[in-house]
Amino acid sequence: MSEQTPTEPLTLAIDTSTDVVVGLAGGEAVVAEHRNADARRHVEDLMPSVITLLGGAGVARTTLDAVVVGMGPGPFTGLRVGIATARVLADTLRIPLRAVCGLDAVAADWVHGANPPDGDFLVVADARRREVYWARYDATGRRQDGPSVSAPTGLPALPLAGPGHRLCPDHRLGTGAPERLDGGALARWGGGLPEVGDEPLYLRRPDAAVPTRRKSVLAARTGHR
Amino acid sequence: MSGPLVLGIESSCDETGVGIVRGHELLANEVASSVDLHVRFGGVVPEVASRAHLEALLPTLHRAAERAAAAADVDLTEIDAVSVTAGPGLMGALVVGLAGAKALAWALDKPLYAVNHLAGHVAVDLLEHGPLPQPAVALLVSGGHTSLLRVDDVATSITEVGATIDDAAGEAYDKVARLLGLSYPGGPVIDRAATGDPAAIAFPRGLTLRRDLERHRFDFSFSGLKTAVARWVEQREAAGLDVPVADVAASFQEAVCDVLSAKAIDACRELGSTDLLIGGGVAANSRLRALLAERAEQAGIALRRPRPGLCTDNGAMIAVLGAEVVDRGLAPSSFDVAANSSLPVSTVAL
Ligand SMILES: [Zn+2]
Repeated sequence: MSEQTPTEPLTLAIDTSTDVVVGLAGGEAVVAEHRNADARRHVEDLMPSVITLLGGAGVARTTLDAVVVGMGPGPFTGLRVGIATARVLADTLRIPLRAVCGLDAVAADWVHGANPPDGDFLVVADARRREVYWARYDATGRRQDGPSVSAPTGLPALPLAGPGHRLCPDHRLGTGAPERLDGGALARWGGGLPEVGDEPLYLRRPDAAVPTRRKSVLAARTGHR
Repeated sequence: MSGPLVLGIESSCDETGVGIVRGHELLANEVASSVDLHVRFGGVVPEVASRAHLEALLPTLHRAAERAAAAADVDLTEIDAVSVTAGPGLMGALVVGLAGAKALAWALDKPLYAVNHLAGHVAVDLLEHGPLPQPAVALLVSGGHTSLLRVDDVATSITEVGATIDDAAGEAYDKVARLLGLSYPGGPVIDRAATGDPAAIAFPRGLTLRRDLERHRFDFSFSGLKTAVARWVEQREAAGLDVPVADVAASFQEAVCDVLSAKAIDACRELGSTDLLIGGGVAANSRLRALLAERAEQAGIALRRPRPGLCTDNGAMIAVLGAEVVDRGLAPSSFDVAANSSLPVSTVAL
């Protein structure tokens, strides 16, 4: 493999909160990015995506300087694939890991883009069950509220960014707002985003019922006859 | 040296396990269990287990690496391969270990072997009792599985000869424990409570009638037994009588262990095997061990049982299976290998 000798620190970004998203940035510049939109193949697609990304950029694993990972919010099983992968990669390669909120990365992408927001805005993502994950930002991209999960109908009347915008009929996508989390943007801006800690941004408790009284088998038998 | 140096990762149910072996030599076996988190639900809650796996993955990996470094001066960079459970198991739980294993293998630039959890329960015995005579019969009993296997080669040739057609044996233990107002998991709890008369109540032996044996000679069924226990307890309560927990537990346990051991010995005779291996959490059950020991001796069959810490789910079983697969020269798994919640035992390595 031909190896670059980059002067800028190389950051690998991983996010599996929705699609499988990977990106590579050298300091201020996005080097490469890759997205795989099959939401049911996270564990299959993530490592091959990383390998292809680095191979295409001519970057050896040993030259990576940092890993950034999106901690959600996102549907649970897919989300964990990215976090487990990023943790083990950073740990084994002995490089720092930065755990960030994926919505923050979308906000940073818009704020630093060619057509930035002119005031407060929301970043929204699909939370399934007719709800959205969302957070509110000011025009500099600083998070003011959230992340939260709720029905799209009760959201503040602000322009939107992010993959959940189609689920919010009362809102519009902001001009120039990114519709998706971009791997390159996550790699480029992730290092400057707030750390969100070790706990993924699940925002929901596991579905599990504590068993109450047992059902009567005698009653069930007579009832079915 | 004696065999490949392999690190194995297990996350199919509620134990996060990382084991390190050199061939048949155990160097590290670290397990983090989320069982306490499931107690109030009376069974494993997949999402709770999956969250716990993610939390436990790195700490467990670190503990195993430290143990292998202390015990055998082994550094992770020296391993020959990473092996990992690809299935069967809970999908959300499996993918955490599989993602971690892929990342570890790639970061260390080592081959990845995605393997079968059930085969791991068989392979783990190699760590304690050495090579397995062929063919051997294996009885795997836990909260998640009840299978009778013919093992011609643990890395390449395992055939399922029987399995449960409804509940796993351990599941029946959990449900009956709840019925009796006992705690979770039911296996050890009922084992302790079963101090009464095992012949007090004649509970049914699933799939042992002559007409069932034609089609299901080596299969199991515990659903009818569970219902029979429930009905017996309810009738007793309806009559205003106390429930004799010790007798019910002993009689239920006897029904389970009678069928398990009878069919396992029958399979050994039928397949011409002189060795019966038992594995899975329920293999630690005292009555099952006693009954199997008695019947195996009568039949001239050698009983092999790994120690309890290796019978329950762990990483060492996946590591030693990985070492066997490496030893047979099988090709490594591709990095796009998927988890398979219902992986058949005939597929030992993917
Ligand atoms: Zn198991």
